[in-house]
Amino acid sequence: MERQQVLYLWANGSALDSGTVGWAVHDGTDGEGPVVPDARPPYANGVAALRDGWMLLQSSQLTAPLPGNEHLNDYLEYEFVFERRVDISDGPS
Amino acid sequence: MTTDHRLTTRQMAEFVANGFIRFDAVVPPDINERGIEEMRRLELERFGPDGLKPPHTGTPLDECYPAPSAIGDYLRLPQIRGIIESFVGANPTFDHDFTHHLTARSTYLQPLHVDAITDSPDTTFDVQLFWYPHDVAPGEGGTRFVPGSHLRRVRSSGLDRYQHILGEQQFAGPAGTVVVFHHGLWHAGQPNPGEGDRWMHKVRLNPTVPQVRLWNTDDLAELQNPPSDHVFARMLPDSVAQILRTMHPWMSITDYRNEQVQRSGLWRYLTGDDTYDVDHYLTRLEGRAALLGSQ
Repeated sequence: MERQQVLYLWANGSALDSGTVGWAVHDGTDGEGPVVPDARPPYANGVAALRDGWMLLQSSQLTAPLPGNEHLNDYLEYEFVFERRVDISDGPS
Repeated sequence: MTTDHRLTTRQMAEFVANGFIRFDAVVPPDINERGIEEMRRLELERFGPDGLKPPHTGTPLDECYPAPSAIGDYLRLPQIRGIIESFVGANPTFDHDFTHHLTARSTYLQPLHVDAITDSPDTTFDVQLFWYPHDVAPGEGGTRFVPGSHLRRVRSSGLDRYQHILGEQQFAGPAGTVVVFHHGLWHAGQPNPGEGDRWMHKVRLNPTVPQVRLWNTDDLAELQNPPSDHVFARMLPDSVAQILRTMHPWMSITDYRNEQVQRSGLWRYLTGDDTYDVDHYLTRLEGRAALLGSQ
């Protein structure tokens, strides 16, 4: 039986190896899958996550600012979403 | 001789750069002790038919929490009134308050959010005073917040997604500490794994006068940099611009430069100086725009 772990990383640049500035983890295995490093942040960048077995699902598009909004900030801009699919048929890994 | 408790220019600039400023142990122990009891009553009786009620929204602060009231005593402390006056003037109005109570071993985890609704784009602002009437140990229920997040334009629910942001802080400090937030600062309540209840009183205040040079401006001329102050040209070693150049660890370089533009705009409002700038960002664009008008 497969379950999904999802990792969000937000970076300080548009490249996958830009430094991590925000993160979130959602664990569909309910603790039965591999753990996420207990560091802050858990991965220094997206490439480090790839090396730990995460698969890139999506990265944010690069969009030009709307006229008049060039100097306004809102949400964290560079979002990378990863998954790990974990077979939990045999119990905790 | 009366003491001027208003903030300094340096403190105001730090507030503009960070979105908060804290005052450790500024409320004396007797008011803190009575404050916890009053918060307990307010929590129990706020929505009941009788008992202790908060002020009506829009009430002048001077008329809020009449004696006997520990919350009133705290808000009438000269130091606190000096802080409030610096941001929203001597006669602000009450917006709302709330008692935030985390019982011992509470696991409630609030998502990151901003209060109220997405703001209008002008530079006016409210302040929210967070009063912690007892010691808060690290990790034991203090408010989490993201320094420098206050000038971003977001929808509150959109912040739920961020479980952690580099450079975020969780309040910890001695009894009687008051932290003042710009109303736009991202924040969240946290679990309290400690053995004691955690109480906090939050009050939001609205300005009723333009928020222009309300603090103690004795040091303004000394610290105010000229608009030519530019990190890639010449700059003063100790100035408002240096404080407004604070880069928080979660910011991209684009975020950071945009924040400098936003902070400069806020500082223009606060000082009434429409030429103020940091690193030439606004002046450059305004100079070119003026060329179009002169055709």
